[in-house]
Parts: sequence; C-alpha cells; structure tokens
Amino acid sequence: MSKTLIRGAKVLGGEPQDVLIDGRTIVEVGSGLSAEGAEVVEADGKVLLPGLVDLHTHLREPGREDSETVLTGTRAAASGGYTAVFAMANTFPVADTAGVVEQVYRLGQQHGYCDVQPIGAVTVGLEGRKLAELGAMHESAAGVTVFSDDGKCVDDAVIMRRALEYVKAFGGVVAQHAQEPRLTEGAQMNEGVVSAELGLGGWPAVAEESIIARDVLLAEHVGSRVHICHLSTAGSVEIVRWAKSRGIDVTAEVTPHHLLLTDELVRTYNPVYKVNPPLRTERDVYALREALADGTIDIVATDHAPHPHEDKDCEWAAAAMGMVGLETALSVVQETMVDTGLLDWAGVADRMSFKPAVIGRAAGHGRPVSAGEPANLTLVDTAYRGSVDPAGFASRSRNTPYEGRELPGRVTHTWLRGKATLVDGKLT
Amino acid sequence: MQRHLISAADLTRDDAIRILDTAEEMSRVADRPIKKLPTLRGRTIVNLFFEDSTRTRISFEAAEKRLSADVINFSAKGSSVSKGESLKDTAQTLEAMGVDAVVIRHGASGAPYRLANSGWIDAAVVNAGDGTHQHPTQALLDAFTMRRRLVGRDAGLGQDLDGRRITIVGDILHSRVARSNVDLLHTLGAEVTLVAPPTLLPVGIESWPCEISYDLDATLPKSDAVMMLRVQRERMNAAFFPTEREYSRRYGLDGERMARMPEHSIVMHPGPMVRGMEITAEVADSDRCTAIEQVANGVSIRMAVLYLLLGGAVFETKNVPDTLQTRTEEK
Repeated sequence: MSKTLIRGAKVLGGEPQDVLIDGRTIVEVGSGLSAEGAEVVEADGKVLLPGLVDLHTHLREPGREDSETVLTGTRAAASGGYTAVFAMANTFPVADTAGVVEQVYRLGQQHGYCDVQPIGAVTVGLEGRKLAELGAMHESAAGVTVFSDDGKCVDDAVIMRRALEYVKAFGGVVAQHAQEPRLTEGAQMNEGVVSAELGLGGWPAVAEESIIARDVLLAEHVGSRVHICHLSTAGSVEIVRWAKSRGIDVTAEVTPHHLLLTDELVRTYNPVYKVNPPLRTERDVYALREALADGTIDIVATDHAPHPHEDKDCEWAAAAMGMVGLETALSVVQETMVDTGLLDWAGVADRMSFKPAVIGRAAGHGRPVSAGEPANLTLVDTAYRGSVDPAGFASRSRNTPYEGRELPGRVTHTWLRGKATLVDGKLT
Repeated sequence: MQRHLISAADLTRDDAIRILDTAEEMSRVADRPIKKLPTLRGRTIVNLFFEDSTRTRISFEAAEKRLSADVINFSAKGSSVSKGESLKDTAQTLEAMGVDAVVIRHGASGAPYRLANSGWIDAAVVNAGDGTHQHPTQALLDAFTMRRRLVGRDAGLGQDLDGRRITIVGDILHSRVARSNVDLLHTLGAEVTLVAPPTLLPVGIESWPCEISYDLDATLPKSDAVMMLRVQRERMNAAFFPTEREYSRRYGLDGERMARMPEHSIVMHPGPMVRGMEITAEVADSDRCTAIEQVANGVSIRMAVLYLLLGGAVFETKNVPDTLQTRTEEK
C-alpha cells in the first residue's frame, strides 16, 4: 500500500510535526521526515487528532432507510472526523439478535468509510421486559460489548440489575438512557420556566437524575460498570461526581447540543430543537461543560439522530425527537470547550477518541498518534470559521439545529487504517 | 400587534385598548335590527378547527358573518387530516383556495405560531386556542367584560384595568385561558392572583407576572373579579387531587364563599362550566356571574380582532395605529 506524509501537523495541538503513514499503520512521527515515495498532505499548522469515536449514533438501517443508511451515516461520520461509530439498537427490526447486529456490522465493513460497531438491545424489542440474547450478540461476528435500549429507559430495576450483572461475564457494559417513564408521560421539553409559558408538557430533570442515582447504586451493589447516555442536567453531574468519588465504575457522555443550546430556543416552536433528553437551561449547559473539562463526564457522544424533513416540518407535538450531529460535533466542541479555554486539543482527543474507545472496547481506535499504531487519524483546520449549511451534509437527513450558525473548525482529512476517507473536505 | 394574533403576550397596552375600544363599537352592531357591517365583504376567512369546540367556533363564525366575510368551516374530523394530512398541507390547500385569514384551534401548543412563522402560508393567522398555551381572544373578551363591569361601558373607553385585583381559580396547569389572561391583565395594569392546588400549577410559574395562592378563602375578599376555570373530572385519575368532593370543598365557588367577595365584584367563567365541581348552580345563575355576557362579548371582540387584522375601513385611518395596518407587508 501507499505511503502518506502529513507534513507540519500539530499533533494533539502540540508543536508541528510530520507523520508518516505506510499502509495501515503510522510508521514514524518526527520533524523533517522524508517524503520519498509518499503522497504529501500539507497540514500547514492544522491539528491532527486520533480518528474520533462516537459511542452513540443512530444509523437507522435496517428499517428507516429514508432517514439514514449505514452508507450515508458512515459517510457523515467520515466527514465529521470519525473512524468508528457505535450504532444504536433502535432499528426496525430492533438489534436484539445476533443476525441484526451482524448485518449492521458487515454493512459498515463493506462500505469502508468508518468502522461500525453495533450496540445490542438490552431487552427484546426494547420493551424492557425480557433480556435479549446478550451473549449471542457478543459472540457474533459483530462482537457486541455495549448494550442499550436507548430511546427507552431500562426502567425496571430488576431487569437493569440483571443486565448489569450478566454482561460482566464478557466485559460488556450497559448504556442507560436515563428517563423515568412515568415522570415523562407526554413530555415535550425541559420542565421549567419556558415550558410553563409555552404550555408544552414538561420533562423534569428529576426524571433523569433519579434513574442515574438508582443505576450507580445498582452498579455498586453488583460490582458492574454502567455507562450513562446523554447526561443533560446539572443534578446528574453531581450524582455522577459523587458516584465516582465513591469508586463506582460509572462513565458518562454528553452530546454537543447539550453543551451549546438551551430550552430558550423552544420559544420558536421549531421542532429542529426537539430532542430527547430535551435542551436544558443555561445553568445546566455550564455545569456540563465544567464536568466534561474536569472528567466527571468522560466523553462527548453525538446522539446523531437523523429524521426525514416531514417529521420536523410540522407542529412541535407531532415532530420526532432528535438532531443530526456527526458532521458538526467537533465544531461545537471547539466552540464550547476549546475556544472557551476549558479543554485543549489533547483533552478533545481524550474525550472524543481515547475514552470512548476504551468504554466501548473498540480495538484499534482511540490510540495515540505514534509509530506502530493504526493510522486512524483526523486533520482539523481549527482556524476556520463558517456558517453551517445542511445542504452540504453527507447525512441523508438535514435536521440540524445549527443551520446558519457560525461555528469554528472544519475537518479536512480523515484516514481509516491509512485509507483516506475524506480529502480536503471531500469524501473519497 | 403584528399581522397575526398568536399570543396575548404579543399585545402592547395600546394594542389591547385599541381592540377593546373597537369591540365596544362592534357591540353596537348587535343592538341594531340588521346586525351586519359590510367591512369584510369579499374577504374569505377559514375556521380551521382541529379540536372540538362549539362555542369558540360559533363565536368566530358569528363575528365573521357580521362583518360580511365569506366563511369556510373546516373541522378535522372526517377531513383529509384524519387520513394523515399534515398541518402544512392542510393550510396550503386552504390558502390555494384564496383564504385571507385562518382562525385556528389546535390541540398542539404552538401550532398557530408554526402556521404563522414557518413560511407555509401568507394569510393572517388568529389563534383560537392552542393546546395548553394561549387563547388570546378569550383573554380579550374577559378583559372587555371586566372593563365594562368594573370601569363602565363608556367610562372605560381608552382605559386599562389599572389596579384591579383579579383572581383566577382552578386548573392553571392545563389552562390556555389562564396563561392568556395573566399576560393580558398584566399588560393592562391589573393585579392577578392565581389560586389552585399546587398540583395544578406548572413548575416554572414563578416567572409569571402574578401572585400565587393555595388559599381561596383568603383571596376572595381582595378580589374585584373571580374567574373560575373548568376542572375536568379526569384530572383526579392522574392524582392531581383526591376526589371531586375534596376539590369542590377547597377550591369550588359556592354561595357562602361568594358572599365573602366585595359587593361590586363579579364572578367569571370561560365555559363550559362543570356545575357542582368548580362552581355551584347558585353562583352560576346569580347576577354576579358574567358567563353569558362573556359569550356575547366574545363576538364583539372577535369582530374587532378580525376587523383590525384584515384592515377594514370603517374607522378613520388615523385612529388605527400603524402596527395594525401591516397586513400587506411581510414581517
């Protein structure tokens, strides 16, 4: 295979260096490396990061190919600098059997834009009653290690306890969508000042926090690890911080949109801002940023949730919940965490690549940028600023809350095991 | 006021008084042998009702007909909506037939706002009640009724409700009437107190421009008007209160409680009343209860709103603020 020399890249934001890729592997990192026989990419001071890893993506295939497919979703991922995504289980049929997870896994391999690691459902049909065949999914070609009923909460305490215990046998983890269902019946947005005014059903913070509190205690009791999906409130941060201080094996993710947007936007009744968990208050946003900076929240995960136009071009109550995020995640993180001084680029690499790969056990991903490592890399023009234009998205869906918003940073190149999937901002 | 009427909160004090004063003029039409003005001749208004509502639809229809508009009634039941047509397609279909204004009642909070602000249609939009959000013409007719009774029909012209103490009692959480009234009454200078069991007050209410009380008996002697809201019996199934009887005992208005109100004060109800629940027959049928008057006033208010939004020419132009004449301009 061919050689590529990335010249003058700030590796993890450090001093400019050259990085030489040979075939699938990084063979040398240093200055003044020879370009002989190699294709040269002039990084020109751009930041080089390990390929990003998203622990929370909805690829919609099988079942909702009108909103996204494994192909369009992985192309969106490559555009956003990702080399691995974890595909959530709420497809049709649900990814609750070895057959479905293998299908999704193979589609990812076949298209070659980004590794797709399927997440298995915790319960059959996401119904919360009966454990799915977690072991069979783990032993399948897809090698599932992360299990989640995302979209729905595993609200039955006994089922949650059993799942936490059961996956220990093969190093798995349960990723909980923390939402107490009775407290969120008819919920349309964050419950607070804005919902009271708009007359939209409230989604109270306590519905998330009470489940997280229960689950960290369950994880402690049975000695398992638990992962909290899209943590969204200041109170949740406090609970996770407390749990970690007690030595409980809990990890947590935050979405880019919860780092930037607040429920004030719902005043427009534009369903592009409708998402689950809902946009919260400014106080929550700042608490989440701080928690991501201090490590209480381990990672950023997109919760990329594509929906067709008609599911958003309607009245609020009728609209689907969710936002696309793969192609804007890094820009939002730069805006909210890097440009604010809360996190440096090494910190971004940690929260968006190293740690998610560790939590999801994604072999070959989230590795250091050094000789001998797989060449999963992303090159970011951090000096760029531009407004978001959904027409240019690789995703099949356009439901972004950032249309027209000016954001910093632009991914120009992505390499998946040495193969360029994105060159000068264009998919290969 | 813009070219739509979506929320009572969008009205300035001057807008609101302009509407109330115009409604007084309109009410005189009802006293004539021929109850009709030629003002909106040739204009088409559609009443787009996605939710069952007899009184509001009939009130709008009466107002439209008295202004000589062509009226189309559209109810979602048995229409293409029940076959899965979207709000956008329904509205665009109606507009293609040459509709100048859409009066919309919808079960989803914000549906009228979406209709007015999504670039789907150009017609003026009047909110006739959306979910648990707003019902601005109800608030206007309530304010109109209060001004007539508490200030005077002629004395009230050009006046607001400065310093009047208005108490609203009942299911505030699920009430678009309460939200609209709090906004408008605050704009008009009234002092509003909401009384309800804590379960029927929304979280986040602390930012509203009003007082909150759990104690009806303590509030009654300080009220110039007491507005009772309907409380649906089904609410007790969701544990908002234990039983119908307990609700009535604590928050219902009966003759004994009414006697504790000041002499001049009135009892209001937006209807439909649940007699025996939030109000007893004795109170509902008393002279102090304005429920029927409110219905009559509703027609005048809706005439005024449609007249001002659609820019009729009965009144001298200089009396109409510029902001009310912008229907031909895009925002």
